Amino acid sequence: MKIYKNDLFFIFGLMKEEVCDMEKVEEIPKETLLEIYKTMHKIRTYEETLAEWYYKGKTPRFDISAGPIPGELHLSSGQESAAVGVCMHLKPEDALIGTHRAHHFAIAKGVDLKKMTAEIFGKATGLSRGKGGHMHLFDANVNFSCSGIVGASFPQAVGVGIAAKLKGEDYVAVAVGGDGAANQGTFHEALNMAAIWKLPVIFVIEDNSWAISVPKEKSTAVSKNSERAAAYGIPGVSVDGTDVVAVYEVAKEAVERARRGEGPSLIEIKVYRLRGHFEGDPQHYRPKEDLELARQKDPLMNFEKLLLEKGIVTEDELNKIKEENIREVQEAIDFAVNSPYPEPEEALKGVFAGGE
Amino acid sequence: MARKLPMYKAIAEAIAQEMEKDENVFVMGEDIGAYGGIFGATTGLLEKFGPERIRDTPISESAFIGAALGAASKGMRPIVELMFVDFFGVAMDQIYNHIAKAHYMSGGQVKMPVVIMTAMGGGYSDAAQHSQCLYGLFAHVPGLKIVIPSNSYDAKGLMISAIRDDNPVMYFFHKGLMGLGWMPSPPEATVEVPEEPYTVPIGEAKVVRKGSDVTIVGVAKTVHEAAWAAEELEKEGISAEVIDLRSLVPLDKKTLLNSVKKTGRLVVVDEDYRSYGMSGEVIATVVENGISLEAPPVRVAYPDVPVPYSRVLEKYVLPDKEKVINAVKSIM
Repeated sequence: MKIYKNDLFFIFGLMKEEVCDMEKVEEIPKETLLEIYKTMHKIRTYEETLAEWYYKGKTPRFDISAGPIPGELHLSSGQESAAVGVCMHLKPEDALIGTHRAHHFAIAKGVDLKKMTAEIFGKATGLSRGKGGHMHLFDANVNFSCSGIVGASFPQAVGVGIAAKLKGEDYVAVAVGGDGAANQGTFHEALNMAAIWKLPVIFVIEDNSWAISVPKEKSTAVSKNSERAAAYGIPGVSVDGTDVVAVYEVAKEAVERARRGEGPSLIEIKVYRLRGHFEGDPQHYRPKEDLELARQKDPLMNFEKLLLEKGIVTEDELNKIKEENIREVQEAIDFAVNSPYPEPEEALKGVFAGGE
Repeated sequence: MARKLPMYKAIAEAIAQEMEKDENVFVMGEDIGAYGGIFGATTGLLEKFGPERIRDTPISESAFIGAALGAASKGMRPIVELMFVDFFGVAMDQIYNHIAKAHYMSGGQVKMPVVIMTAMGGGYSDAAQHSQCLYGLFAHVPGLKIVIPSNSYDAKGLMISAIRDDNPVMYFFHKGLMGLGWMPSPPEATVEVPEEPYTVPIGEAKVVRKGSDVTIVGVAKTVHEAAWAAEELEKEGISAEVIDLRSLVPLDKKTLLNSVKKTGRLVVVDEDYRSYGMSGEVIATVVENGISLEAPPVRVAYPDVPVPYSRVLEKYVLPDKEKVINAVKSIM
């Protein structure tokens, strides 16, 4: 597997493309590789299980307001490598600010799975007592948050970077956005600010080629969003998310750079959306070949194949991991399903800090 | 010829007819082309008019809404859609400092025939950033006309009026009235719509039910909640008059005041936040005009909390028929 990248230390936009040898998989300790696999598989298991629950009560006729998981649901199947490759390098005190599609990052960042699931089911035991929901997950214990507004994460991560600098701490901030979000003003404003103040921020563009129905080539003037880093004098790297090890390596460099106080980086991770923009999306705008390509580029399948082919793991080892994941996801679902709904009056509480 | 049309098709039909009539009309927005608008309001337009006049935009709201101003200044009549009203924060400057004020600040030299269309409303657990109404925010700013249909007949007529108006018009549609199939919508919102173009004047409210004991004022979804409440109240001998404001700016004070003069009681039903908004404005209008009421006016409005996600929480705070009935009874 190959990745193409700018020379991280060659700033100001000369697009020096070098080929990086991804045989590096053999240099990574086995337990790290297994951890990567385990988290990716857990994410996939989680998302596909949620999808099943989502459609309960919504069939035969799809009704967005019905069922045990009401409202919109944006699942991340196919994009696991972005979350895991990045979050493997993060500590709980590092902040990660995600998007409307953020379950994979939440799981990889270590958000409490039971509480997260209860939140998605709208239960009193949820992360936010059922007030936030799937697009607005907050887990302060691991400095995770996300929101439903495209491009909102970038400036917020800048602020975390300022805090780290002022407090003299070595934590970093990761802001995630889709390829569509890179056309928001916030993206450009935030990159510039992080660059002038040399802040410990990693900007991640999770490029799945689609801003709902609008393909990237019709919305974005450059073929790679990583090229935009040149405008702000920071390193910009584009990496193929089909290969989680490549993402892992690129993210490692960016996180270490930020932690050393050398400033922000931009990473574009090319991923493929295996499902619709949201559940219930008819996707009539999407060519069949595109979905077929997504299936071929499935990072979980590809990583599993690699691990087996290189003899790093045995089928038995993988099966054991899979069983553990299935059990953990089932426990989270059971916890959510069996939890009570909040008291209706809870709706009126908590607008302000320091009182009801 | 009239046939029953869901609101989303009525809106798309209005835009199509105006585009056929006037080549200056064009549409910009996110997912308004191949997708036909996330809530269907531009269904079929790309096929009819092509990508030059039906322009899918990047997620760059300041750019495409600001661009509407530039195009309007050159005599175009742009319609821009921003998917959810919750998303407007990213583009507010172009709207409230520029589009709304250009005519006034230029001493009338510049006209702004811009339609800004957006979806509003909750009731399906889309939580705090995808369920708000926020029409009060925009109605607060001088220079923006605000229209909000409650059914497909008004939807078509108001859209045609909005496109033909030489001023910026913000056109709100409630997701829960669009008749989309995948989201609940009351049958009362899907009504007969004439095939030919027609207008519903901006600034004209409609008395949707006559009554003598109490006036219930609503807009969009709350008009239906009010009408259902009035039906129930009728059985208990309370005669409620229901007014659909249809436009917040300009506000049809005459229809409002005439009704309250007659009934002497007022309940305002508002899915937007309670404080500093539509419900307060309606009550202030009545009070300022010296109408003496037989009981204090009542608001059934969204309490001043963000929209919660969980179904039980959202149901608790959303205005509905039951809350309207209780409000009316509390002042009888």
